Amino acid sequence: MTAPPDDCLARNDWICGDYLGSRRQILLDAVAEHVQLTVVSVLLGLVIALPLALLARRRRWARGPVLGLTTVLYTIPSLAMFSLLLPLYGLSAALVVAGLALYSLTLLVRNILAGLDGVPAEAKEAARGMGYGPLRQLLAVELPLALPAAMAGLRIATVSAVALTTVGAIVGHGGLGNLIYAGMNSFFKAQVLTASVLCVLIAVAFDLLLLGAERLLTPWRRAGARRRPPRARPADRAEGRLPVATGRRP
Amino acid sequence: MNTLTEVGTWLTTAANWSGENGVWHRLVEHLLLTVVCLVLSALIALPVALMLGHLGRGGALAVNLANAGRAVPTFAVLVLLLLTPLGRYGELPTVIALVLFAVPPLLTNAYVGMRTVDQDVVRAARGMGMTGPQLVWRVEVPLALPLVLTGVRIAAVQLVATATLAALVGGGGLGRIITAGFNLASTPQVMAGAVLVAVFALLVEAAFVAGQRLAPARARGGPR
Repeated sequence: MTAPPDDCLARNDWICGDYLGSRRQILLDAVAEHVQLTVVSVLLGLVIALPLALLARRRRWARGPVLGLTTVLYTIPSLAMFSLLLPLYGLSAALVVAGLALYSLTLLVRNILAGLDGVPAEAKEAARGMGYGPLRQLLAVELPLALPAAMAGLRIATVSAVALTTVGAIVGHGGLGNLIYAGMNSFFKAQVLTASVLCVLIAVAFDLLLLGAERLLTPWRRAGARRRPPRARPADRAEGRLPVATGRRP
Repeated sequence: MNTLTEVGTWLTTAANWSGENGVWHRLVEHLLLTVVCLVLSALIALPVALMLGHLGRGGALAVNLANAGRAVPTFAVLVLLLLTPLGRYGELPTVIALVLFAVPPLLTNAYVGMRTVDQDVVRAARGMGMTGPQLVWRVEVPLALPLVLTGVRIAAVQLVATATLAALVGGGGLGRIITAGFNLASTPQVMAGAVLVAVFALLVEAAFVAGQRLAPARARGGPR
């Protein structure tokens, strides 16, 4: 009988280089699934959120129901949300995508709407005075000016979606969450820690990526920032500078 | 449609409501967990937030904590705590995880509430000769109250959701009905548990919204 190997896997250490080496393919696959689930669901949420926000903006009667529905959706805990979708999608990746898309969409609708509400009336009047039609005004004036708020929403939605994807492990499609779930059942510390850290890294990477995209898309904000007086007005601070945090949805 | 009637049958079967795995017991567990953790996290977060807000320091920390916390998966933290030596103490890892995630919204909202108090009012209070503590308790806290309460509401709803997830790592609460349903491959039970959790979360949210509406005028309003 051979003695058990005395490596970090056998000792069940939290940090284990052998784990990274021997399970590389499993980790890469899980990361790929995780990123895929996140991106697809956030994009789906965005595609649904934009028309909803525009509808709520154009039609006064739609505003209450749209905002109410998003609040209700956002209040439902993730485990319950995935469970409620079970009869529709079964134990599939589509279920996770649908659930995550619903959460993304609530955050996005609210932020796009806030951005559109924040477009100064003077900018819209100027556009109208220059002979812009409603569509051109929307595309060339209102949407670009709403972009910072919308991007803030997109960042929150994406980071939340990365974290929430792990709960998809309950139906077997949680990306890195699957590894955490399996690691919990076998008390495999290195696997749980590695997968958790990778989750956070993915979230941070997405956040930085979107931050960079926002900077590229809104060059006028950087130009304005330099000329802005050093002390922000109180109104600025209340609305833009110190965002009131909404809850995260575990 | 068939699933819906099965869910209805599950929910109206008396046997599913009684006993240790019954709805009532799980509901009490869930409520207890939420209330205990809400009190604990408020005791931790509010004094810090009120002090930092009064002094005007640590703003970046208070505001960014909520954003940073978003990137950390609740499920991962629950499992990590379970695998530490703390995991041997029953519900302790769950309580720690719940408190960890309830602190940021409380801290951020209370801090922002304190900082957005009209500085003219603060200067007037100082001019009247108010001391630091008088300023905090008679001027800043009353004016910051709407946002502080908003933070409490967000934290409470979030605690309900986090407590649901605790079932995945063997904790109590209504989430156990869902996880047990998955283990039994019983879609009606999963759905029934999900309906109960969703209704519970919505009721907690509604209770806080109603509470804020009914509160004295000065505790209402403000940015949400």
